[in-house]
Amino acid sequence: MKKFFRVLYIGLIFTFLYIPILTLIVLSFNDTKTMGVWKGFTWDWYLEIFTNAQIIEAFWNTLIIALVSAVVATVVGVAACVGIQALRHRTQQLVLQVTNIPLLNAEIVTAISLMLAFGLFGISLSMGTVLFSHITFCLPYVILNVLPKLRQSGMHIYEAALDLGASPVRAFFSVVLPDIMPGVTSGFLMAFTMSVDDFVVTYFTRGAGINTLSTLIYSQVKVGIRPSIYALSTIIFVIVLIVLIVANVLPDITAARKKGENS
Amino acid sequence: MEKTIVELRNVSKSFDNEMVLDDLCLSVKENTFLTLLGPSGCGKTTTLRIVGGFTKPDTGIVLFEGKDITNLPPNKRHLNTVFQKYALFPNMTIGENIAYGLKISGKSKSYIEDKVKYALKLVNLDGFEKRDVSLLSGGQQQRVAIARAIVNEPKVLLLDEPLGALDLKLRQDMQYELIRLKNELGITFIYVTHDQEEALTMSDTVVVMNKGYIQQMGTPENIYNEPENAFVATFIGDSNILDGIMLEDRLVEILGVKFPCVDEGFGRNKPVDVVIRPEDVVLAQPGRGRMDGVVTHLIFKGVHYEMEVMAGGFEWLVQSTVCHPVGEEVSLDVDPFNIQIMNKPESEDEEAVPIDE
Repeated sequence: MKKFFRVLYIGLIFTFLYIPILTLIVLSFNDTKTMGVWKGFTWDWYLEIFTNAQIIEAFWNTLIIALVSAVVATVVGVAACVGIQALRHRTQQLVLQVTNIPLLNAEIVTAISLMLAFGLFGISLSMGTVLFSHITFCLPYVILNVLPKLRQSGMHIYEAALDLGASPVRAFFSVVLPDIMPGVTSGFLMAFTMSVDDFVVTYFTRGAGINTLSTLIYSQVKVGIRPSIYALSTIIFVIVLIVLIVANVLPDITAARKKGENS
Repeated sequence: MEKTIVELRNVSKSFDNEMVLDDLCLSVKENTFLTLLGPSGCGKTTTLRIVGGFTKPDTGIVLFEGKDITNLPPNKRHLNTVFQKYALFPNMTIGENIAYGLKISGKSKSYIEDKVKYALKLVNLDGFEKRDVSLLSGGQQQRVAIARAIVNEPKVLLLDEPLGALDLKLRQDMQYELIRLKNELGITFIYVTHDQEEALTMSDTVVVMNKGYIQQMGTPENIYNEPENAFVATFIGDSNILDGIMLEDRLVEILGVKFPCVDEGFGRNKPVDVVIRPEDVVLAQPGRGRMDGVVTHLIFKGVHYEMEVMAGGFEWLVQSTVCHPVGEEVSLDVDPFNIQIMNKPESEDEEAVPIDE
């Protein structure tokens, strides 16, 4: 009896979590524009996506923005972690509180304040402002992933490398960076998915005519939903899913390989 | 005359307004095994880090072979460190760990290979080159850390409580190995520990530190037999520390009883601290010794019995191979040359503090 309720409970949670997405995926293969009726299987909506120049452009925009902002956020974030680590304890706490504010802040507030700030400094909205904004909100995620790893690895191995004659730069790249790499990778992937996912910030900071997948979907939904949107959403979901799986499985694989080499 | 290799002159250091080292002067002779010994927070690790270049002194200078290296970063100093937590590089094999310093100094591949092999042999880990560091036991990791440091042929090896994380048996084995290594390599060791036994066993010179001051510096025998103040006496081994009055040269009054001793030059009727080691208290039948008392505690310690004897209002710690059961009346006496007279501390900083370990 106890086991039955346990299974039922888990089942309900997963149902609520995944039924909507499952519905979306199923409908993206439905051979009709009417919702709620199954008219047979089709790839048509997917084909429509790949022939629609607007969607393809939005897809590339999304990918480029996500890649560039994730790379920049990772580089800046790792550098920030090194700096934070070297601070005195109390200052460190303070800086961390400040960097965590964007995480907790309502996205809409972040978006509007960024837009206002660009306006105030006379920066016209463009692809650059979107990139800048994405880097800004991705940064805390990188710090969140890298700093604990850096703390764990500690000053010991860095000092040991210096002691053996390495310059600070060489010590960092040859010893510290490889040790914190798992944190750097997961920080990068998290920044990447956050950027791909983002709608609100992009919507408020993009220049005229620039669309990512999420802003494009939004503007098309206003006109009327076509099933190609379902197909597009499904693709985004699958991309994010793949990235997440890679992020979770990658450390295990490298660990297993390392073990294999030693036995 | 041995050459001085490392010298600290008037070094002071404080962290967050707390004085850790106060005007410390220390010179280390070439080819000695010098140990900085003291309770946690006494400044011994800070001293080592200043020599290594990881901490900059607020004032004072550090000399290496007579040259000022105070502002030289650690990677430019000709000394290597064995860290407390080993600090092996987890992304490298044991061989790569040991080769790290040699690679940086641009040695040839064949030279590096030979050196790594030699270093591993020296620490009894032949054939471990390809292994991963994470699969090593604590003792093995420590050996790798030592090999990684000595392979660079430093003139001075700094060791920061390197045996602290090992269990007792392993620690004793490593102590012998360190002594052997030091003799084989002929380099200067500066060793930091809070373990007095370790310090006495391995060192040529022991520097006892407390509260940022050097309390006493000397050979292990010297430190043990002739502690200069109550702190050193309590920190190194067990001891009875009593208030005494130096009546005149070679006569001290303890607990109202006159004891002949061998110390001179303290003046007349001067209050002093008296240290008597428990193994130096001689027990005899009542009336035969200098004071009478009653045994209040008895513990068997293996090599000897440890007793507490209440005499003259003081609980004397006594070690003897002869057993005197609790309640037995005894007398006690001390040979004059086993009575160690010390000046009372003049300032609060020199004052003996309770040791919390």
